[in-house]
Amino acid sequence: MSALSPEILLWTAVKVLAAVAGFGLGIAGFLGWVERKQSAVMQDRVGANRADIFGVTILGLFHPIADAVKMLTKEDFQAKGVHKPLHGLAPMISLGCGMFCLAALPYGGTIAAFGRAWDLQPIASSVGLPLVLAALAFGVHGIVMAGFASGSNYGLLGALRGAAQMVAYEVALASSLAGVMFIYGTLDLQQAVLWQVAHVWGIVCQPLAFILFLTAGAAITKRTPFDLPEGESEIVGYHVEYSGMKFGMFLMTDFFESIVVCGLITTLFLGGWAVPGLDLSSMGLLGGALMLASFTAKVMALLFLLMQIRWTLPRFRFDQLLDLGWKNLLPLSLINFLVTAWLVYFHRTGALSWR
Amino acid sequence: MAMTVRVVERPRRPFGTQIYLVEVWKGLAVTFRHFFVNMARHAMIALGLKGVTPGSVTIQYPEDPAVLGKRARTRHRLLKRDDGAPRCTACLLCETICPAKCIRITAEDAPDVLVEKRAKTFSIDLGMCIFCGYCVEACPVDAIHMDANDVEIAAYGRKDMIWDMPELLGDKKKCSSR
Repeated sequence: MSALSPEILLWTAVKVLAAVAGFGLGIAGFLGWVERKQSAVMQDRVGANRADIFGVTILGLFHPIADAVKMLTKEDFQAKGVHKPLHGLAPMISLGCGMFCLAALPYGGTIAAFGRAWDLQPIASSVGLPLVLAALAFGVHGIVMAGFASGSNYGLLGALRGAAQMVAYEVALASSLAGVMFIYGTLDLQQAVLWQVAHVWGIVCQPLAFILFLTAGAAITKRTPFDLPEGESEIVGYHVEYSGMKFGMFLMTDFFESIVVCGLITTLFLGGWAVPGLDLSSMGLLGGALMLASFTAKVMALLFLLMQIRWTLPRFRFDQLLDLGWKNLLPLSLINFLVTAWLVYFHRTGALSWR
Repeated sequence: MAMTVRVVERPRRPFGTQIYLVEVWKGLAVTFRHFFVNMARHAMIALGLKGVTPGSVTIQYPEDPAVLGKRARTRHRLLKRDDGAPRCTACLLCETICPAKCIRITAEDAPDVLVEKRAKTFSIDLGMCIFCGYCVEACPVDAIHMDANDVEIAAYGRKDMIWDMPELLGDKKKCSSR
């Protein structure tokens, strides 16, 4: 059966749609509610609870829907001096990159059901990790394009801040993963999960890389402590000239990137879809459901942590931000990689046997 | 005068503070504690337990009444004597001292010879009032107070912001023209 046979293509389309529209949009909408309520509870407040449908409010769960309706029905205002084609293209690039990353995450392994094998990863690739990182880094084009096309100096400055920050942390992000990839011996995200199932979770053998990746990942998502490109209330950012759903797309990009970063951390450090003590691959349909549930639960827990960090820490100054990226995270991740590489080398040659 | 130079030492931070991770964790510990304690309180109240400290300090204002301080200056109130007549003797001190010029009084002869004068009309334009409380302090007969504990005085027009004497005395309910 070739990779381009109709049923494979159909199954891939279904998986991509489920990953982007189901997992991505579902969690992104839910995050709008989580963000409001979690910040409210930890600040001794009640949080948004007024949006209702026929008097039913269910803890303010309708607020994301009200948000979406507001964004969709608002005027799409374009100021004089805006470069129209690029102005429209920028949010699409940003959001599209986030969506593509979601489609490449391994939500589950391969399960056997209905007489054949089903691979639960939407886009399986032997270079999955560079693919995701490249798409994540490509999102910076959307930001720069938005700032450039806005015809506003505030927007342009915000975009340049965004570009400097994304580049600084993209380097640290990728190099912090070098050690992990060296241990796993693969760039395939599915194989990385299988290695962790067979051996030990990545957070145990690479704790420093976990912290570095978490920090760089939080910076990549452009949310507070690292929200200098946007800075909604004080230093207006690259989407200052955007309104309506185009602004909403930038907002959703943040949530999508958060989900992608949490998905990557889950995949590379927390065992992906694996549940300790259970052989999910041989459990058929139930195993598949458990894989998806386990992956989603881990991602949600990480999102909870990121959200808590977002509401706890104040914003960095820009020189502090760049210092953290270039002078601290990058050298630390390189040292981590070198040490890991030597240890792996000694381990493979048998020079370092502690058993 | 010679210029003086004051050397300000840079704050010296220990290594534990400089790597920032420990401090981040301390901050997170505070917010996590608040989050889980408040969640537990919300859950206990949702389960119907009595005597639990509320998980939030928010007052859901339009549904729950506003909580005002004991000495809060709120809407004016005219006081009555024991026989039910207004205490106001139309001395015009409050009208005189009012910095916003929002009090209008017309005087007339009082049937009570001991009082001599009384207010025929007494109106306050709350749209102009700055709630300074000078009228209360100026009044020699303790006829006006600002303790109606009513802050919901908004109206749909400027005319409706003017309160006349029966309304200030509490004899008539303030009704909007809308």
